[in-house]
Amino acid sequence: MDLLNQYLIPHFNYWAYVILMMIGMHAMIVKNNLIKKLIGMSIFQTAIILFYVSIGVKEGADIPVLHHHAPEVAESHTPAADPHHAVDPDHYANPLPHVLMLTAIVVGVSTLGMALAISQSIYKDFDTLEENEILAKIKQGGPGIDV
Amino acid sequence: MKWIGLIAVVLTGALLLSAVGDFPDFGDPKSPANGGVGDFSVSQYYITHTEQDTKVPNVVTAVLADYRGYDTMFETTVIFIAGIGIIAILRSHPPGGRRGPAHPIDATVDGDHQRIIIGITCRIMIPIIQIFALYVVAHGHHSPGGGFQGGVMLGASFILIGLSRDLQAALARFSERRFIVLACLGVAIYAGFGLLCLLLERNFLDYGVLDGFFHTDPVMARSHGIFAVEVGVAFTVTAIMFAIYANLSSKGRLDEGL
Amino acid sequence: MSEQLPAILLVAPLFGALLIGVASPGDPRRAFPIVLLSLSISLAATVALLTKVVSSGPVDYFLGGWAEPLGIGIQLRVDGINALILVFIALIGLLTAIFSYRGPDDGEPTDKAPLFYILYLLLCVGLLGITITGDAFNVFVLVEIASLTSYGLVAMGSSPRGTLAAFNYIIMGTIGASFYLLGVGYLYMRTGALNMAQIHSLIALPEVAASQTILVAFLLILVGVWIKMAFFPLYGWLPNAYTYCPSGASGILAPLVTKVSVYVMIRVMLSVFGAGWVFQSAGWSQTVVWLAVIAILAGSFIALAQVELKKMLSYLIVAEVGYMVGGAWLANHWGMVGAIYHILADAAMTLCLFLAANIFVKHAGGGRIDRLEGLFRRMPVVAGAFVVGALSMIGVPPTGGFFSKWYLIRGGIEAGQWPFVAALILSSLVNAVLFFRIFEVAHFGRKPADGHHHHPPHADGEPSPEQQGTIGETTGSDRKPRLTAVAPLVAAAALVLLVGIFSGPIVEIIRGALQGMPHVGAAAPLIGR
Repeated sequence: MDLLNQYLIPHFNYWAYVILMMIGMHAMIVKNNLIKKLIGMSIFQTAIILFYVSIGVKEGADIPVLHHHAPEVAESHTPAADPHHAVDPDHYANPLPHVLMLTAIVVGVSTLGMALAISQSIYKDFDTLEENEILAKIKQGGPGIDV
Repeated sequence: MKWIGLIAVVLTGALLLSAVGDFPDFGDPKSPANGGVGDFSVSQYYITHTEQDTKVPNVVTAVLADYRGYDTMFETTVIFIAGIGIIAILRSHPPGGRRGPAHPIDATVDGDHQRIIIGITCRIMIPIIQIFALYVVAHGHHSPGGGFQGGVMLGASFILIGLSRDLQAALARFSERRFIVLACLGVAIYAGFGLLCLLLERNFLDYGVLDGFFHTDPVMARSHGIFAVEVGVAFTVTAIMFAIYANLSSKGRLDEGL
Repeated sequence: MSEQLPAILLVAPLFGALLIGVASPGDPRRAFPIVLLSLSISLAATVALLTKVVSSGPVDYFLGGWAEPLGIGIQLRVDGINALILVFIALIGLLTAIFSYRGPDDGEPTDKAPLFYILYLLLCVGLLGITITGDAFNVFVLVEIASLTSYGLVAMGSSPRGTLAAFNYIIMGTIGASFYLLGVGYLYMRTGALNMAQIHSLIALPEVAASQTILVAFLLILVGVWIKMAFFPLYGWLPNAYTYCPSGASGILAPLVTKVSVYVMIRVMLSVFGAGWVFQSAGWSQTVVWLAVIAILAGSFIALAQVELKKMLSYLIVAEVGYMVGGAWLANHWGMVGAIYHILADAAMTLCLFLAANIFVKHAGGGRIDRLEGLFRRMPVVAGAFVVGALSMIGVPPTGGFFSKWYLIRGGIEAGQWPFVAALILSSLVNAVLFFRIFEVAHFGRKPADGHHHHPPHADGEPSPEQQGTIGETTGSDRKPRLTAVAPLVAAAALVLLVGIFSGPIVEIIRGALQGMPHVGAAAPLIGR
């Protein structure tokens, strides 16, 4: 019960991310089919995104887009100068992890695209996407395979 | 291999979980990441100062394209590399070379009823998607959105042409030469605005110095600078999304598509 | 303009790549001058930056002008250590660019040559950016730039095995980069900062330093960069990727990518966590030094078993990574100096060996060592450069390899790490055996009877470089190496010697930079007397 209250419930997201990440990593290392490895890679990278986004959560906070004041008010009083317009940081979610994860998403898309292109190229050369069959073909040698 | 892999995974998982007990509680606004250690917090600074520094209400956009704009410039470059890399790996005959005759653009020529439904639906949908994509690019200052999101949508509209008719129909509107140039142009707009600041004897990507260029004050110049680089991002993302689809779907031949 | 140097050295190759994409589709002859120009600008900027750092101390550069308060923007930081590495990256980038004048495969120019140059320049941007940055997250973005371009460069060759190697490289590379990213996330969770200097000052707080999160973050980052640098048990992706990639690509991947990852490890140890935190428990560094010993021995002995020249050299890289990791973890001054100096020396000699090996493999019609027979007599200049690189790998004065071994062994003795010292000496002996075996085949070996190339039986000396260049240009024959291949190789051999001859000033710069590191008290043994 103590374990549950101290470790699991307040950190539920982190447990979920670790489990997802391990599923992905297991697929990347152990699976024989190259596409399954890539599916694992996507899960792996998405788990990291879950982790980062969990860091930036604040209880009851809004998205980090500041509420609009009427333009003329905003012109005449800068938020710092006027206490009525001072922004309370606890009211908005932490923007930084979102920015960082936008980068990680882009990197994930790019890596996946590149990996798919490479697996297409592998299929063209070896006629299969099963790793053990590819290795067997390399061992046998063959036209264009042995360098 | 199976067992080694499993052991490695379990060990990594145990390592990651060993720190969980030490983590701040989920959703705690005073955690080090949210509230900082000591009296200064980077993320709180962003929330409280974005308005006066850049006049952009969307903090994520301001951090993305201004405070950490250098990261984002390279992020755009990453997308660009993915596109160029995929073309380099898959493309099987020279760019600008012979291309098969374009299929008739009008789907109704085809007798197939399904094609008519798909063709007409997409014909109605695509302009709407594109308008919305441009809105997302332009409205990134005030709502979730920006160059990446809008660019992906624009790219998707071209992919939809490729899916609903065939790749040739899409390539007739967005040729290989064009998407490579557009992708380069996008990164060049981003880095170019940075370079412009450098030529005006301020640091790279310091848009505040562009007030003369935009005919406004330095703070508003940052807001305009952010918009300018977001447009660059949108160009690159649009071009590369379509380039990836076109090359992957035709195994690099850019002929039939799916 | 001189305060803008850190930005200029990055922006020049970036714009070069974009210009190639816009201006020259399918025409390598128009792309090549752009490559040359942009890398020359970059090299000039790095040299200017080095002189500036040496004369007036570390340089900080704040992107977007976000200097105050520290940490809201991205900071570039150049001290003596990374200024030296930047010069080497730009120089090696330029030399290998000249070597790949004809495009990726050193054959007839193909339509893909401009794409190759774009990826090549962006790889240089990535490596320069990793080295110069002072922001922990920015390292990840630039590592991904360097990695994605590397995947592309490895996969764009014509060899099917190269494509498969690129796939494994992607899987391993992604795990490595993701571990790094996760480590930065753990750091951010505990400190709320991404700027290296800021994280460093926060880790000095006792409640942060003792936390399990920081420890896990360090382990994640360490394992991540170990995968990227092919440290011993995690080296699986490297040998095939470097053996089967296009020759122009191997000329930049082999010398630089692993070395820059080693630099990242050292930077994280010194500037993010701080030497005082990293070396607080002696058991840690003992374990890593043992791993390094295993890496050195395993790399050397696996190399001994190879029959392919480039694969053998790739396993030697694995052993060399062991030198640097071991040196950095000796936890004393000379070990750290040796490790940093070896980054430079090893980059130079790996460049030299790989360029020579690429020429050999092309002219011998295959990568196997036994096909090199008689090549030394046919190509004395190439052979001479190869011998210089090999002697440096063995550790013969006055090459750079000798001095790095000297400092590393000195560090090992001072730390009392005798297994490490023994592994260094043993690895030198193994390298001697390896290279003298190659010298024997290539110099004394008979010509192959079947004669895959119709070269004349009598081997006259090489024609003068100018003459060679014109022969290569006009006939397109691969009988004689081209000037554009030999000139960078000779320059690389000269670089190996220069690193050795000027080891004194280089080491002084490194020591000065180490003394400038913060928190001297906690890390006193590292800073030196």
